Amino acid sequence: MPGLVDRLTGLFSAGLAGGVDLKALISHGGFPGGVHPAQMKHTAGSPIVRSPLPPRLILPLKQHIGEACTPTVEVGERVLRGQKVARSQGYVSAPVHAPSSGTVVAIEEHGVPHPSGMGRQCIIIEPDGLDEADESLPPMSDFLDQEPAVIRERIRLSGIVGLGGAVFPTFIKMLRDHHHPVETVILNGVECEPYLTCDHRVMLEHADAVVLGLSVIMHAVDAARGVIAIEDNKPDAVQTMQKALDDSGMGDRVEVRVLPTRYPQGGEKQLIQSVTGKQMPAGKLPLHIGVLCQNVGTAKAVHDAVCLGVPLTERVVTIGGDAVPQPANICARIGTPVPFLLAQCGLEDLSGIRLIHGGPMMGERLPRMNVPLVKSTNGLLAMRQETLYSEHAEEEPCIRCGHCVEVCPAGLVPNELAWHCRNDQFDRGQEYDLFDCIECGCCSYVCPSHIPLVHYFRYAKGQVAHIEKERAFAELSKARSEARDNRLAREQAERAARRSKVRRQAAPAKAEKKDGGADSAARGGETSEDKS
Amino acid sequence: MNILIAVLLLGGLALAAGILLALASRVFHVEGDPMMERIDAVLPQTQCGQCGYPGCKPYATAVASGEADVNQCVPGGERAMLAIADLMGVPPKEVEEEAAPPMLAFIREDECIGCTLCIKACPVDAIIGAPKQYHTVLESHCTGCTLCVEPCPVDCIDMVSKPEVLEDWTWSAPGQAKLSDNGEAHARTG
Repeated sequence: MPGLVDRLTGLFSAGLAGGVDLKALISHGGFPGGVHPAQMKHTAGSPIVRSPLPPRLILPLKQHIGEACTPTVEVGERVLRGQKVARSQGYVSAPVHAPSSGTVVAIEEHGVPHPSGMGRQCIIIEPDGLDEADESLPPMSDFLDQEPAVIRERIRLSGIVGLGGAVFPTFIKMLRDHHHPVETVILNGVECEPYLTCDHRVMLEHADAVVLGLSVIMHAVDAARGVIAIEDNKPDAVQTMQKALDDSGMGDRVEVRVLPTRYPQGGEKQLIQSVTGKQMPAGKLPLHIGVLCQNVGTAKAVHDAVCLGVPLTERVVTIGGDAVPQPANICARIGTPVPFLLAQCGLEDLSGIRLIHGGPMMGERLPRMNVPLVKSTNGLLAMRQETLYSEHAEEEPCIRCGHCVEVCPAGLVPNELAWHCRNDQFDRGQEYDLFDCIECGCCSYVCPSHIPLVHYFRYAKGQVAHIEKERAFAELSKARSEARDNRLAREQAERAARRSKVRRQAAPAKAEKKDGGADSAARGGETSEDKS
Repeated sequence: MNILIAVLLLGGLALAAGILLALASRVFHVEGDPMMERIDAVLPQTQCGQCGYPGCKPYATAVASGEADVNQCVPGGERAMLAIADLMGVPPKEVEEEAAPPMLAFIREDECIGCTLCIKACPVDAIIGAPKQYHTVLESHCTGCTLCVEPCPVDCIDMVSKPEVLEDWTWSAPGQAKLSDNGEAHARTG
């Protein structure tokens, strides 16, 4: 087994090459690997400012993982803030709500934050400035007396998805499964991506809402224990959260856990390993090891939806990057155009700017600037082109230094994996656990040969999904074609059976009329068959 | 005497083995041609007939029997050719015709006279309609085989390229697109 030998030698040489004792790294602080990129958290001290209402709000019909929504409003209709404008289709989906009162002016394709630069159906609303709220959802101040199913339904109706960036519908994570009871709810306040400070500010300014949101979640899944995980680069957030916990009287059930700063600690699997010491099995959910993980921003959104009756219509976003004169944390309505937000930070001229959606490690560059803020937007980084690409030298051959192996938090062998992906050997890639890659970017970050490893993995994952889709379509076509062949064969057999029946009926007549009438009888039989 | 024992022993063994093999061929008999099935599984199932056979299964049968070449499937392209060559254990051959980008049939309904000829031609039953009623193509089932275009007496069927949607988009390989257009968005922060 050369693969195994390669892996072992790879691990061994990595340990030696980096001068790091791997064993010590793994046992200390949970997950293996990780890097320490410059933090660049310039906005950590900038309080959240509210964005004014933009002239137009653009609401993509899909802002979550799962099925796209269908609009429930028509062009020209007046909508209120918090009114549902698109309902979910299918189970894994989350509805979209109007972020402010106004008129629906169009339902058309518009650019969305996506690395392809392609568009998607969007509902476009022109706010009337009154910001009238739809108060159809009553606040549940007595949520501790409510059935968990009622709370879950409220969270589903409020369109809440994971606000850390993965945008998985929150209510699905909160399903209760008797085989896998949730013991611990972990609130993710790690925010390990450089530049981003929106979760940090939410913890400082909305600590009580976050704690209440946590208690709603713990009640809904009947969890006994809660953990608020914060990295040690945010001591003020640790203090604030601890104080909020003590004030709310939840200090005995919930603890604030301070973790040594290391990227990508905020990844769900990595965080769970750091907090509980349990490693997430491949292909399993946190639920299977009795854990539920939610972002602190999501907890606040849960609080707003349940305790105040306000659906998810706004979020906090960090606007940063070296091209932004005044970086800030802005609380903006979902659907606010990105150029409108950048203008508030003093950036109006967008020429020569590269825009990144998310953080610098995992974010994606947006080819189109005129896109709206969506539920997944935790950061918008406007970078000067020179800064972004200054260190992007040409890809050079792998020198097998093993740094990527050393830093991979998923325990993969990125250099070997990249070989297979580059050569389109996707089966081999999957043997090397391609789909366990979380695309954190640590391997690309440390690679001295500037190999875009994560790009190779994204390419390979896309190709595997594409091949799978084609195979499923071929299977369907095959079934349809076979069904058609069977039908044609059956129809032919039926026709043949009818013909022979007619012949049999014609045969006695033939015997009676003798040779003269036989031809006409047979001809008559054929015409009657043709008619039928 | 010794030689007799040896002959009887070997003869008996041969007989026993023969009976066992005969039984095994009955008990473990495989219906159909497993090679044909495996080749059929790697074909794209467009049923387009561009290989010269009336569908994917007939082509698979022909390849399995050694009658057809491994490189005749046009929409399958190089990937299908390599897979078939691998299954058959023969050296790969160049695919001569380049596969067209994925297409869909589209019926201009106001020109359709409702003759049902295209419905009969469609190998995957992806066209619906009735005599003297408009016909239409089920987008989600159309394989883009173009077999419906020719029978239409009023030429109201167009082949249109499949619309690109966000869900089908995938990352291109590094280096294939220009870095500034579609490059890795990982900024160095150090």
